[in-house]
Amino acid sequence: MEILDAVWLIPALPLAGFLTLLIAGRKLGDPFAGWLATSAIGGAFVATVVVFGRLLNMGEEERRHITTLFTWVPAGGFSVDVAFLVDPLSITMALFVTGIGTLIHLYSIGYMHGDERFSKFFVYLNLFAFSMLMLVLADNFLLSFLGWEGVGACSYFLISFWFTRESAAVAGKKAFVTNRIGDFGFMIAMFLLFASVGTLDYWGTASVANGSIGVFEQAERLSTYTASAVVLLLFLGAAGKSAQLPLYLWLPDAMEGPTPVSALIHAATMVTAGVFLLVRCAPLLEQADPNVTLFIAGVGALTALFAATVACAQDDIKKVLAYSTVSQLGYMVLAVGSGAYVAAIFHMVTHAFFKALLFLGAGSVIHGLHDEQDMKRMGSLRKWMPITWATFLVGWLAISGVPPFSGFWSKDEVLAGAFDKSPALWAIGVLVALLTAYYMSRQVFLVFYGHERWRQPAAGADPADAADPADAADQGHTAHGSAEPHESPWVMTLPLIALAGLAAVGGMLNLPLFKATLFLEHWLEPSLGEVEHHVLATGTKIALAIVATIAALAGVGLAYVTWYRKKPAENANLEPDILKKAWTYDAAIAAFVGGPGRAAAAWSAFTVDKGVIDGAVNGVATLVRQGGGQLRKVQTGYVRNYALGLAAGVVLLLAWTLVRVGL
Amino acid sequence: MTVDGSWYLILAAVLFSIGAIGLLIRRNVLVMFMCVELMLNAVNLTFVTFARMLDDIGGQVVVFFVLVVAAAEVVVGLGIIVSIFRRRTGDQGTTADDLHLLKG
Repeated sequence: MEILDAVWLIPALPLAGFLTLLIAGRKLGDPFAGWLATSAIGGAFVATVVVFGRLLNMGEEERRHITTLFTWVPAGGFSVDVAFLVDPLSITMALFVTGIGTLIHLYSIGYMHGDERFSKFFVYLNLFAFSMLMLVLADNFLLSFLGWEGVGACSYFLISFWFTRESAAVAGKKAFVTNRIGDFGFMIAMFLLFASVGTLDYWGTASVANGSIGVFEQAERLSTYTASAVVLLLFLGAAGKSAQLPLYLWLPDAMEGPTPVSALIHAATMVTAGVFLLVRCAPLLEQADPNVTLFIAGVGALTALFAATVACAQDDIKKVLAYSTVSQLGYMVLAVGSGAYVAAIFHMVTHAFFKALLFLGAGSVIHGLHDEQDMKRMGSLRKWMPITWATFLVGWLAISGVPPFSGFWSKDEVLAGAFDKSPALWAIGVLVALLTAYYMSRQVFLVFYGHERWRQPAAGADPADAADPADAADQGHTAHGSAEPHESPWVMTLPLIALAGLAAVGGMLNLPLFKATLFLEHWLEPSLGEVEHHVLATGTKIALAIVATIAALAGVGLAYVTWYRKKPAENANLEPDILKKAWTYDAAIAAFVGGPGRAAAAWSAFTVDKGVIDGAVNGVATLVRQGGGQLRKVQTGYVRNYALGLAAGVVLLLAWTLVRVGL
Repeated sequence: MTVDGSWYLILAAVLFSIGAIGLLIRRNVLVMFMCVELMLNAVNLTFVTFARMLDDIGGQVVVFFVLVVAAAEVVVGLGIIVSIFRRRTGDQGTTADDLHLLKG
């Protein structure tokens, strides 16, 4: 038996964990429910590693294996199977989804300890892992869409996990509604693809008896217009899921969820689904008009710049990371639009390492400070939380793009791809690199260096900022500055250490030093179909890398001068109000939707729907009823009336017959 | 003077008209009933005449059916009429208009 056929085990294990916890989660309780969930996803990781090992042993050309379990939707000419596609791309995704997922499950056992709905949290986490794995392993658009919607639903559940808080409930709704706009694009893209090629499979099973042909084999048959339309619609879906302009605005609000959720779903895995989808559809992107990919790259670059500027002025430790995530996703989209698919996946993987690390580190800080999230009320934590501090530093250097940490290598690849597409995009990318280094350094200096500001009494501290109502009692202590920060338990620090290791050396995946060390590029090659290769001269590449490094170091230096040397209060003018409010984009959207949007909805509800649509339906009913009322009067009960009617009818019929006959 | 088919037809038409007018203008249920019988038999006469004129036995066969149906109808109709007469004894006697109480 081919071992790759057991690929269904990868999503099945989290599904089993989800079902078990759904039935018996409450009984298992804290912490056993967490351990069960962690072992389910851990098992999935082991299964992925086994599949990965098998795939490594196969020849490069054979590295695409499709396992069909059963036919899901048999409907005449439209047939969709539950089929899994094992190829380097899907296994790369599955590896880091399950790997990082396991670490974050483990971390959650410590973080969620004491929460009333502890087991429910793991129910959602396992369901999320299942959906995400379906999304990446599926062999057709529809099955991917199932996972796509599944992760969206889990994201909603988990953002509003503490739903008793108004802001969390609202943020969950916002995420869900914003994502629906993107999902709409995804669906229309599927309809369009089915209409033009008659299948939704990614790759067909032509090698097997009575096999089929997939979308990508037929990509070249598509006209440029169709391919461009499909790509743009898919990009709309990706913009929703991967938080690109103009649909990014749910992601910063999503930080209302528990921190492990922010790390797993809103930084490492789910938000990369959009980028994954675009890379999966690389054969379609190659077929589309070059202006379309330029547009995608441009949106990515703008998003990266936009979010990076906003991140510079945020005070909430998680909001900085949230905007940073939006910014880094912009990088990935920039890479996809530039045709540098490998760079996009490379950056996705390293970003998953260091951003999960940073989020978990932030969670550890929040946990240690008893739910303080305002960076202005932190400081000097390196003495109190040495492990968190050390690992956070690694994440900081990695995201800032300081060599030799992982972020440097992947960002470099992205920028090289962007330079190949257009030097203007590259310039924006370098500016973003500078800003990234700046805001991350600002965060590190505010949180781990400087004075112990958490000792001061809170000035106008907003209790709504607190993240965890489960520990609400402890918050009182913080407000009086009496509780000392403490290092987190081992289940929380162990994932930090593991992720720090990965973030430090993740760049090894694709070292551009020699051709032989471009592991990821060789590895992913069979997945992408026949894409154009853009090769820059080595000299240009080195020059670009040097510029990017200088930008990163300049950002760090800038932050050192302004935030390490001075007190935060002296830098008020560095944080203009408009940046704090994210260029008032959110407010503008809220005003638009709340004003004209609401008016349009009210008009269509109370005028169009009530008057025209309901009016038509009710009008027909009234007409029939009143007509019937009039017609009833004919039935008098008097035989003579009926007889007269009959006689009149006979006379009329006779007259008609006579006229017909022509007498 | 020969008596050809058209005489019979004219007679049938006259009988039918008498029946129809009687049905329309009288209110006594029994008389109305007899008018119906008159109309039926006028039709029967027409059938027989045409059967004779066209040399087709089908017309006479239909008459038998009509007779049977009319007999059955008389049984049911008289039953209803008798029961109405038993119930209603107004100053005007019993009329067909009393039947309007049966309407839904």
